[in-house]
Order: sequence, then C-alpha cells, then structure tokens
Amino acid sequence: MRNVRFTVLALLVAAATFAAARLIDNAYVFFAGYVVLQYIVLATAWNILGGYTGYVNFGTAAFFALGAYTTVVLHKTVLVLPLPAMMLVGGVISGVIGLGMGYLTLRLRGTFFSIATLAMAVVAQTLITNWNFVGGSRGAYIIRPSDSPIFSGDYIQYLFVVMLLLSVISVSIARAIQHSRLGYGFSAIRDDELAAEASGVPTLKLKLIATTLSGGLMGMAGAPLPYYVTYLDPASGFSLSYAVNTIAMPLIGGTATWLGPVIGAVLLGTLQQVATVTISSALSLLLVGLLLVGFVIAAPKGIVGWFTR
Amino acid sequence: MSWRLILAASLSITGLDAGYGAVRILHDVTLSVAEGETVALLGTNGNGKSTLMKSVMGMVRPSAGSIVATIDGVRHELIGMSTEAIVDLGIGFVPEGRRLFPRLTVTENLLMGAFRKKARPDIQKNIAFCFEVFPRLAERRKQLAGSMSGGEQQMLALARALMSAPRLLLIDEPSVGLAPLLVARTIDKIKELKDSFQLAVLMAEQNFTQAIRIADRGYVIVHGHIEFEGGSAAELNDNDLIRQFYLGA
Repeated sequence: MRNVRFTVLALLVAAATFAAARLIDNAYVFFAGYVVLQYIVLATAWNILGGYTGYVNFGTAAFFALGAYTTVVLHKTVLVLPLPAMMLVGGVISGVIGLGMGYLTLRLRGTFFSIATLAMAVVAQTLITNWNFVGGSRGAYIIRPSDSPIFSGDYIQYLFVVMLLLSVISVSIARAIQHSRLGYGFSAIRDDELAAEASGVPTLKLKLIATTLSGGLMGMAGAPLPYYVTYLDPASGFSLSYAVNTIAMPLIGGTATWLGPVIGAVLLGTLQQVATVTISSALSLLLVGLLLVGFVIAAPKGIVGWFTR
Repeated sequence: MSWRLILAASLSITGLDAGYGAVRILHDVTLSVAEGETVALLGTNGNGKSTLMKSVMGMVRPSAGSIVATIDGVRHELIGMSTEAIVDLGIGFVPEGRRLFPRLTVTENLLMGAFRKKARPDIQKNIAFCFEVFPRLAERRKQLAGSMSGGEQQMLALARALMSAPRLLLIDEPSVGLAPLLVARTIDKIKELKDSFQLAVLMAEQNFTQAIRIADRGYVIVHGHIEFEGGSAAELNDNDLIRQFYLGA
C-alpha cells in the first residue's frame, strides 16, 4: 500500500516535471533532461547491486549498450515495434546477461568482481565492434521520427516522457526493495556475507536477483539511446563515462537508500549538462572526478548520509 | 525452560575429504555427534576445524565422504544441499569471530537470524527466549552490535543462531578474542543453552581446558586428520598425543 502511494506521488512529480519542461518551450531542455533522467535510471539500477549488496559493477556501459544495440537489431528487422516494447526486449536481454554474469563472476568478491565486470564490458564491446549487421565499428544510423506518436510535440518530448516513466519505475522498485525482506537480505550480504549465509540468507539467489534486476534496468535505459543520438557506434555506446558516472552518482548521493542515487544523478547530471554547454564537454568528466574526490574525503556516506546522523 | 517439543538431532560424518581448489584440508575425517551430546573438536589454528564446520554447513563442497544429519528420525545427506536448506533443517551455525552485522542493532541482528521462512512464525517467542537467556542483550536491544564488548557480541552471535530454532548447533571457536573470564562465561552459557534447548552441539575450540569442561566427548584434529578420539573428558586429558601435538610439551 505504501509502495503504491509512493509510485503515485512519483508519477505526480514526473507529470509536474514534464509540464514545467513544456512551459520552457525549448527543445534543448528535453535533450538535456533526457540525459539526466537516463542517469537517474542507471544510478538507481547500479545501486541495487552496488549499493544494496556491495558488489561494485564497472560494467554499466555493457548492459546499457546491449539495450541500445537490441534496439538497433530490432529496428533493422521488425521496424514496427513501438519504443516501450523495444525497451522491454532490451531489458530482458540485458537482464539475462546480468544473470549470466552473476553466475560466472559472483564467486569473486570485492575488487575481483569489479575487474571481472570491467572485462565483461570490454568483451561485449569487442563482439559488437566486429558484428557487421549492427554496423561494426562504423556504427549504425537510426532515423528518429519527427513527431511524438502519442501526443502533439517533438519526438524528443516522447523520449523524455518514456525515460521519465522508466525513472519512476526504477526508483519505485529500488524503494520497495529497500524496505523489504529482500532489501534486508541484500544489506546482510553487504555487511558480512558469511554471517548472512550462516543465518540462512540464500546469498547466491539474492545476488543473482540483484544482478538480473540491475542489468535489466540498465538495458531498458539504453534501449531508446539510438533514437536519441540517431548515430550509435560502439565507442560511444560502451563509453567508460557511463560506468564512471553511474558509480559516482550513488556515491555522491549516498548508497544505502533509494534517494541517494536520485540526488546524485540529478545533481551531477545537471551540473554536467550545464558545464557541457557553458564551458566544454571534456570538463564535465573532470567535474565528476573532483566531486568524487571531495565527497570521498568530506562525506563518505554521501549527501543522504549528512542528514541521517 | 524448554519451550519446544523435545526431538532428537544427531550428526554423522564419515570419510570426509574437503579443501579449497587443489589444496586438500580434510583427509578422511570421521566424526559423530549423538543426540543431546556436546562434542568438542580440538586443534590449533590451520588444522581444518573451520573447514569441517563449513563443510557441514554447505559452504565448502567436500570431494568425498558423507555428512548425514538425522533430525526427528529422518536422515538427510547434507553434501550437495545449499546452506539455506541446511539452516532450514534445524542446523545452526555460529561462525568464528562472531561475524555480527555491526551497523544493525541487537534486535535487528536477532531478526536476521530468523531470515528463513520457517523461522518467521516464531520470531516473537524466540526473541523473548533469547532475551530471557541473555538478559544483557535485552538491556542493549537498541544498541548497535558493533559497539558492544567482545563477550556481549559472542552472546549475540549465539542468540542469533538460536533464532532459527536449531536442533543441532555448530559453534566455531567461541573463545576467540575473549578475555579468560569471558571465555569461561561463554562456555558455561553454551552448556546452559544445550541443556535448556536439548541441543546437540559440535564445538570447535583451541582452548582445550575450557572446552573439555562441558564436552561429553572430543576429537583432536591435526593437519586435517582426526588423530585422537576421546570418549570422555578424562580420556582427553590424559592423552600423550594432546601433550605432544597440542599443548606443545
């Protein structure tokens, strides 16, 4: 019941956000806002595994790009599929990859797990780069429709709304988990995996749930990307900046709660967009680095950590 | 004191080989714990006590042998079962070094001990019982586990294992890192629990003198082999092997 109330509230916030963006009446607001929303989903998804269970995933870009390339494949084979359906397919594929990665790598703990996820991202990128059907290293062009299919407005507004809804869904899932038995199991794994196991927490099962859910949401976030950029190549789809940003955002916001990644993504994502426009796009990554160093030293528990004791 | 139907649990390990990757730790270990018995597994560091405990709990996969738990007359082969299924059978485990959740409160730690579905209907009853047996924990129920003394933490670790209502309790080195007085108190508490819960207990311990105070029988493990089996505390006490391998005399 509380979860339903939260989702309704989140939907109201989302509707207000969209209305405000429409009022500004500038297409760039939607382009910039889309990126921030995409990072809310990615950071929230990362946090389900990285924040709740403590397994730091460096392979965000792989799940994200797999979602995007799923759309490319679908676009080239069955053109008529609506975007939400493509996102669902992308999410399922990335989720399955997440499950497989979990099976292969969850014996590893700490740094070793992180290195394995990074390696997996490199492997996935190599495979896509050498797959001609999706354009290989030349990349793939996708023509973006000009108008939104469900309301009057630009297609970018439609992408914005879709990503807005996906953020509501991901944040609701993350919040529901945090207050559930599953969430307690996750944090037991994070605090002391052996003790969790001794208490009868099915650690492998829970970790697989986390990798699947986290990977699936990342894939869903990546699925609309080809329509957003209209030209997708492996180097940009698998860019390391996705991995770095999605780790930095929850760390800055606070990893223990659902709110942390949201705050981190809104703050850092907006700052990056502003910096890209006003100064330079290269500077935006420097900004992430500096903020991360600052927060690790001054507020290791993130912004949310300031307010809880 | 006993609030549960008294039913029997026993453990029988035969010909167990186990290790990590290419390194074999346990060689042909045979050991048993009968109903209502407290059995001490004695040995210094690095002889395989914890590996044996983890094998029983399904945390280490043995390469040969069998581990059979008989609970209420039903035999269960534990090898191949998942840890959570083994906990469900009624086998509790207190890991070495207590391994509490330091950022959770005492009560929350106890609740984590009742994570299994089977343990949940009795949560209130079991918490009340834990607080009755360990009054100190009741006083500190809202305190963070990490901020308590070593002795209190060991009590909490024992209590947490009791939350799944076990019939067979494995305790790995309860004395580790405790002051001598607290070691004695912890060992006494284990005896008290065993009596009031009708538990069968397998306790790994380095502290020979303390362990045999409450043990009915004991095994000495050296380099992964059971080197001596003592049918009584006295037999263990008078053994040359123990003097040689264990006490270093």
